[in-house]
Amino acid sequence: MSGAQAQQNLAEPRPGEDGYWPPVPRRRKVSNMAFWAVCLVAMALVIIPTLWLVIGIIARAAPHFQFSVLWTKTDNEQGGLLQSVLGTIVITFIAIVIGGVISILTGLYLSEFSNRRDRGFLRGGYEVLAGIPSIVLGYVGYIVLVVDLHLGFGLLPAVLVMSILTIPYITKATETALAQVPTGYREGAEALGIPTSWAMRKIIFKSAVPGIITGFLVAIAIAIGETAPLLYTANFSDQAPSLQHATHQAVPYLTYVVYYFSSLISTSTHANYLAYDSALILLVFVLILILLGRTVASIARRNSE
Amino acid sequence: MAATAPAAGPDGEAATPLSGRAGSAWRRAVRRGDFFRWTGRAGAYIPLLALILILIALLFEAIPAIKYNGLHFFYKSVWDEGTGYNAVIVHTGGVEHLSGANYGALPEIVGTLATSAIALIVGVPISIGAALFIVERLPRRLANGVGIFMELLAGIPSVIIGLWGALTFGPFIADHITPVIARNMPDVPVLRFFRGNPGNGEGLLTSGLILAIMIIPIVAATTRDLIRQVPILPREGAIALGMSDAQTARKVTLPWVSSGIIGAVVLGLGRALGETMAVAMTCGVALGAVPSNLYATMTTISATIVTNLDTALLDGTGFAVRTIAELALVLMVITLSVNVAARFLVRRVSGTALPVGRGV
Repeated sequence: MSGAQAQQNLAEPRPGEDGYWPPVPRRRKVSNMAFWAVCLVAMALVIIPTLWLVIGIIARAAPHFQFSVLWTKTDNEQGGLLQSVLGTIVITFIAIVIGGVISILTGLYLSEFSNRRDRGFLRGGYEVLAGIPSIVLGYVGYIVLVVDLHLGFGLLPAVLVMSILTIPYITKATETALAQVPTGYREGAEALGIPTSWAMRKIIFKSAVPGIITGFLVAIAIAIGETAPLLYTANFSDQAPSLQHATHQAVPYLTYVVYYFSSLISTSTHANYLAYDSALILLVFVLILILLGRTVASIARRNSE
Repeated sequence: MAATAPAAGPDGEAATPLSGRAGSAWRRAVRRGDFFRWTGRAGAYIPLLALILILIALLFEAIPAIKYNGLHFFYKSVWDEGTGYNAVIVHTGGVEHLSGANYGALPEIVGTLATSAIALIVGVPISIGAALFIVERLPRRLANGVGIFMELLAGIPSVIIGLWGALTFGPFIADHITPVIARNMPDVPVLRFFRGNPGNGEGLLTSGLILAIMIIPIVAATTRDLIRQVPILPREGAIALGMSDAQTARKVTLPWVSSGIIGAVVLGLGRALGETMAVAMTCGVALGAVPSNLYATMTTISATIVTNLDTALLDGTGFAVRTIAELALVLMVITLSVNVAARFLVRRVSGTALPVGRGV
């Protein structure tokens, strides 16, 4: 706005075209709108690939999907996905149990009992652990567990590697959840003479449970979708995972099917269908986990109000 | 029965002052919380032990390869296990390997850095713009809906993203976007990088864009949470001074959370560097070829590791497996230095509920 125009506006006070005074110059309005238009495009670019992906997978999987795929036994590239689904569920479950126990204890220790030096040291270690790429974890798992310790491909090495993978997430969630419990609870408990362990179990922990559950759901989502570490610790086979044969028996899992049965590697059309079916199953799992997470969050919010 | 003393305490035992308890020292310790402290301490150090074990195992496995491959590992572009018909086992300086073994990881290192750079250049502006729009312009309900989309994108396994990238997105880029760019670029030294044969879509551009898609949820969600925490007073002050919404966003909101955004970007970068399957499926895994143009097939460290462990096992001396360990060590060093640099630059960014931060 030039000086002359400003003088003119000041001389005649009257509302501009949108009822405000002094009137906003058109250039500012345009540049404001342009900025938000660019941001809208950015948001569209976030939503569009997601939609494209999900719709693409569903469109390719739905025509040939039958629920019988879920309980037919796999037979190399024929058959169904029964063992793979079982493998994914079993590996994830055991890995989460092991990783979860360690992580909860760690989160508890970090937020309640540790002193400053311990805490910095441990947190640093956990950040390093979280930063290790999963392929490196899988590779080291292969070298140490499969080869050096002669465990062979199997359930045990896979579960050990996956639990290490999930530990940083659950630990962080536990620590955050415990830190958000108001100190008033702890102080009140001590003032009432409640023993620490009783207060820990019945009061503090219970308040932190929603956050811990969210951490668990996040870890489950990650564990379900991992491929690289499992490629080198569980390999793949047609046999369902069993606890008696936790070593030296390769375990199938869904993410392997998505890649190695797809048209990038396999030429059998039936196998390609299986690849899309397992992609669909994995998508459904992830969706369920997300909805569960939101339900837990809303229940927690309702209870705390 | 004493009327003043309560009959039972919280543990179901007779309530008497703790220090005077005639019970066992063990029970006293448990009640004082020592049980949790010591099991917690034990539990906390287990993953650290595992971490140290991992580092030691990796170093142990990689040292013979480091000794033999030497410095030329970082500037040669070749990947030959030496497992041909005339393979002969040779000892050089105490390291056993096949005679034809020749390894140079320049394509892998360049590939990793290049794909991550493309991911950052494309993904970060989009994420910040989207986060700004979600927080400042969208009504609450729509913002929650978009949040579900971002969680979904963050949670989708990377093999699925890779599959989509290789079968749908890559060909789309190759058929519709690449020809437009490649044909219109002048044949001038620097811009020549943008001219090339699109091929079937597998290459640097596609894998870079796929990585961008994968880091967008991380950066966008973290930025969105950060922007939500900017206090209202500075923003109101800016508007009172006459700044428009766009100016407020650019000059007040974003600088307020700039360190947090840097942290989020580093989080995304960490994921991009370690991403394995999605990149392996969209980059073409061209060992031994530094990409000559934007659409050429290339390889990254993680893609090479994941596709070459099988062939490496053919080498009976185990040297190829050791070289892969050296590659993994290089990747870890790159990732760790990025994380350490971030910690120096920035305070901790508060985490989101997304399954983020892990490359597959």
